[in-house]
Amino acid sequence: MKITDIFKKKSSSDVAKDRLKLVLVSDRASCSPEIMQKIRSDIIEVLSKYAEIDMDGIDINFTQMDTEEGSGKTVPALYANIPIKNMNHNVKK
Amino acid sequence: MGEVIVITSGKGGVGKTTTTANLGTGLAKLNKKVVLVDTDIGLRNLDVVLGLENRIVYTLVDVVEGNCKLKQALIKDKKYENLFLLPAAQTRDKTSVTPEQMKKLTEELKTEFDYVILDCPAGIEQGFKNAIAGADRALVVTTPEVSAVRDADRIIGLLEANEIKNPQLVVNRLRPDMIKRGDMMSADDVVDILAVELIGQVPDDENIVVATNNGEPLVGDNSLAGQAYMNICRRVTGEAVPFLDLDARKGLFSWFKKK
Repeated sequence: MKITDIFKKKSSSDVAKDRLKLVLVSDRASCSPEIMQKIRSDIIEVLSKYAEIDMDGIDINFTQMDTEEGSGKTVPALYANIPIKNMNHNVKK
Repeated sequence: MGEVIVITSGKGGVGKTTTTANLGTGLAKLNKKVVLVDTDIGLRNLDVVLGLENRIVYTLVDVVEGNCKLKQALIKDKKYENLFLLPAAQTRDKTSVTPEQMKKLTEELKTEFDYVILDCPAGIEQGFKNAIAGADRALVVTTPEVSAVRDADRIIGLLEANEIKNPQLVVNRLRPDMIKRGDMMSADDVVDILAVELIGQVPDDENIVVATNNGEPLVGDNSLAGQAYMNICRRVTGEAVPFLDLDARKGLFSWFKKK
């Protein structure tokens, strides 16, 4: 890789590949955007009981995960990146 | 006993009918006895691509409903004695036929022909279900665009759910110049995403438009698309044919430039 490559924009075919890979994961998991939205709001609701969440930084989505090392087979997996502003220590009982 | 192959894609306009016409004509050139079945009831087009639109008397629906004998509805190709078309009805819709009737029809055609090739309509509804009902094997046509690849993935899932295992992929309308620039996914990129076997890569070729204008499939001629389609036909018959270098002409050009 050349130094100039770092500054180069990603090619549109790479963008297409990355977008396709993501969209196919949720297609294959047969998870509609509505269900995804419900999962997202349910997770946020539960976590909000214990911590103050940075709502703008939330990233929850499906991805693909290897089942075993080197087997080449993948399964859908949920990943969640949820930044916490403050832990809420007075948890409501 | 012949083989029933369905040509499908999910998305419309990616080249199913063109692929069907060229596959059928190419296999006939290889001395196979072939029948092409247009299952796109209400939106028939295979007849015009083959240049047989003026010879239609009976249709697929007439056969299924018993208005004529199967032999009466089959149209012989202009050039090839061993190539036939069973056209779709234009004034009816997809519900005129059931998957069971299609299965019965293909069983009957299989006894007479080496290859029964079904041109599937776009979509995943009744027309698709009819077309795949009797199929032994499937070729999925796609273009290197996100929308077409996404639909192809859906179709592959549905084919496998219907016990049509190991569909093979045709990537159509490839543009080597754009791939080189990084502005188009290559056939390998698409194969990587869909995880199925590649059976053909066809370049975007002006000659296809000319061939369709004339109603004469170009398979087997000197054009790049003609060669690519002929290679697909050979691979369908089980022959191992290496993939064409779609950039062959560009290669010659750059050779001149270098000198």
